[in-house]
Amino acid sequence: MSAVTPAAPVSVAPGERVRTRTLSRRARRRKVQRAVWNAVGLVVFAVLVFPVFWMVSTAFKPTDEISSFTPTFFSRHPTLQHFRDAIDPQQHPYFWDGVKNSLIVVGATVAVSMVLAFLAAVSLAKYRFTGRSLFVVLMIGILMLPQVGLIIPLYVVLARYHLTNALTGVILVYLTFLLPFAVWTLRGFILGIPKELEEAAMVDGSSRLGAFVRILLPLVAPGLVATAVFAFITAWNEYIFAYVILSDQSRQTLTVWLASFYGSSRSTDWGALMAASTLTAIPAVVFFLLLQRKIRFGLTAGSVKG
Amino acid sequence: MWYRYDLRMAAIELQGVTKAFSGGVVAVEDVTLRIEDGEFLALVGPSGCGKSTLLRAIAGLEDVTDGSVSIGDRDVTDLAPRHRDVAMVFQSYALYPHMSVRQNLGYGLKVRRMAKPEIRRRVDEVAELLGLTDLLERRPAQLSGGQRQRVAMGRAIVRQPQAFLMDEPLSNLDAKLRVAMRASLAQLHQKLGVTTVYVTHDQVEAMTLGQRVAVMRDGKVLQVDEPQRLYREPRDLFVAGFIGSPAMNLVEAQIVSGEVAFGEHRVPLDERRAPADHPERIILGIRPETFEDATFASPELPTIEVRVAVLEELGSDAYVFFQADARLVTAQALGVEDTSLVADSTPLLSARVDPRTGARVGRRLRLALDPARFHFFDPVTGTSLLTSEAPQLVDSVAPAAS
Repeated sequence: MSAVTPAAPVSVAPGERVRTRTLSRRARRRKVQRAVWNAVGLVVFAVLVFPVFWMVSTAFKPTDEISSFTPTFFSRHPTLQHFRDAIDPQQHPYFWDGVKNSLIVVGATVAVSMVLAFLAAVSLAKYRFTGRSLFVVLMIGILMLPQVGLIIPLYVVLARYHLTNALTGVILVYLTFLLPFAVWTLRGFILGIPKELEEAAMVDGSSRLGAFVRILLPLVAPGLVATAVFAFITAWNEYIFAYVILSDQSRQTLTVWLASFYGSSRSTDWGALMAASTLTAIPAVVFFLLLQRKIRFGLTAGSVKG
Repeated sequence: MWYRYDLRMAAIELQGVTKAFSGGVVAVEDVTLRIEDGEFLALVGPSGCGKSTLLRAIAGLEDVTDGSVSIGDRDVTDLAPRHRDVAMVFQSYALYPHMSVRQNLGYGLKVRRMAKPEIRRRVDEVAELLGLTDLLERRPAQLSGGQRQRVAMGRAIVRQPQAFLMDEPLSNLDAKLRVAMRASLAQLHQKLGVTTVYVTHDQVEAMTLGQRVAVMRDGKVLQVDEPQRLYREPRDLFVAGFIGSPAMNLVEAQIVSGEVAFGEHRVPLDERRAPADHPERIILGIRPETFEDATFASPELPTIEVRVAVLEELGSDAYVFFQADARLVTAQALGVEDTSLVADSTPLLSARVDPRTGARVGRRLRLALDPARFHFFDPVTGTSLLTSEAPQLVDSVAPAAS
């Protein structure tokens, strides 16, 4: 190198320039690519969010603005009147009954399904027994069945035990599909936790139960939360079964109450419908937001492997 | 410090330990083995040979179907893992991901209800010993592979157990780190002197770490010996092929009137080291270093002429690979993972020769070989045909310069 030093600056400089030029071209191409993907992302976001946005925005618009031929994105004169109408006992009775019934049904369904599903999932993931794989397959099979096809058989069974038009009946029906789902999901979470962790704890001095409580449970917690959130939202939004099983208006859940806005009279009160929809959606959103920070996936990262 | 004098070491005794799984697979079959107080025993064998199952049976993570396990003269066969007073290091480290390094190290002490200041003191000392002091508040996810490995070791040491059980603790590390950790593991054992059972599939690891090495295959312990003895006097065809790298050449041969014949070659036997009683066909074992380029070997040694197929020059040594017109016992037949890349390539014999060798690929080469270092095996049972009174190997191949 030292022998060619005098010539070096001359010969190196053009090469250097060529390299920076190709680099910047590559960088520019990367920038364009990123911009395109960002645009695609925004379009997808808009498609997903727009209906929700339209629901909320319509709920706040005065009626004449809703039926106007020139739609507006944001109301010029926002009003809470539709919300007042929606829960007004004279116009749309049973709102608070619906809230109460929904909370009972969802609370019971989530609580029962999480406790039973967790125990079932642990035994399916940790213990060998005859018929284990058949059991797992049957559970997925149940999830595959179209729910609409089950309405009549389930109704017949419930009627035989006088559980129609009762919240207990709805809870039982929800459990039929939420329980397999929760067992299946939790089993996956438990299987994702290396069995060596529990074994290490057992060699370290824990009993089987101790290892379960101190090691497995904290690691499965995010999975429990995620499953519970999903079960909550599914049960909260369920309509068909609740509509079929519950006939008394005072016993209906919120989704059934919401449906009464639609086509019950000559014309639909769109503003009130949108306000009621917004109200119905709030608990599920709040529940999710409260717990979403607890859903920390990948908590087991770093426990095993180098 | 406590770890210098306070360890309650113990011998581990296995009596006819058998483990059969519900599917009918017998993972461990009638293993009787005594691991002395303070000894470092390496359990080695190909994957699926039952070595990990045996270790887990000692730990209590597997129930034995038959036989008994005692640790420190106490029968622990029916005791839960936590009552056996052993510590285990897992291949995957199995660090508790939701706990800091300090909590990981102290877990075993905490569940045994040790006083907090004492836990703190012990954890600090072990962290010091393993160089983990600055990492105590980190989570396992924030550690490198080597650091995780040290935490796993520390978790075992801090408990002062009667024995360490290690299940391939180094196999998740990269090659360079593995060699470094191997050395520090040996140092650690010297310092602590705790009875250790170390499972590995890597024969180099077993040979370098183990004071004794137990070779397992198909659930049975084939031979337990000091590394050197295992290498020099394998009592079994499998042990012969498994221990040593490159592996011993194993070739079908016949013994006819004081000569052993394999392929086109005939070599006179050394009467001090010849099987007394043998079937017509035998398997001859020759380690690569039993060969030498005839130019550099003692002139009294018999020679054979071979055609060089592959030449590997490593600087300190050179390896000559050559074909012989005889059936070789391959790694595949021994159940070791096949290392050959070309499926239909004829197996080659290997010879270690002086790096100054004039060997060239495709040319012929005269190789000297020392019959006093031959091994003979029964082709049916695989057992060595040399009686245990056979003379110890002597280094009669005297390389002209080394």
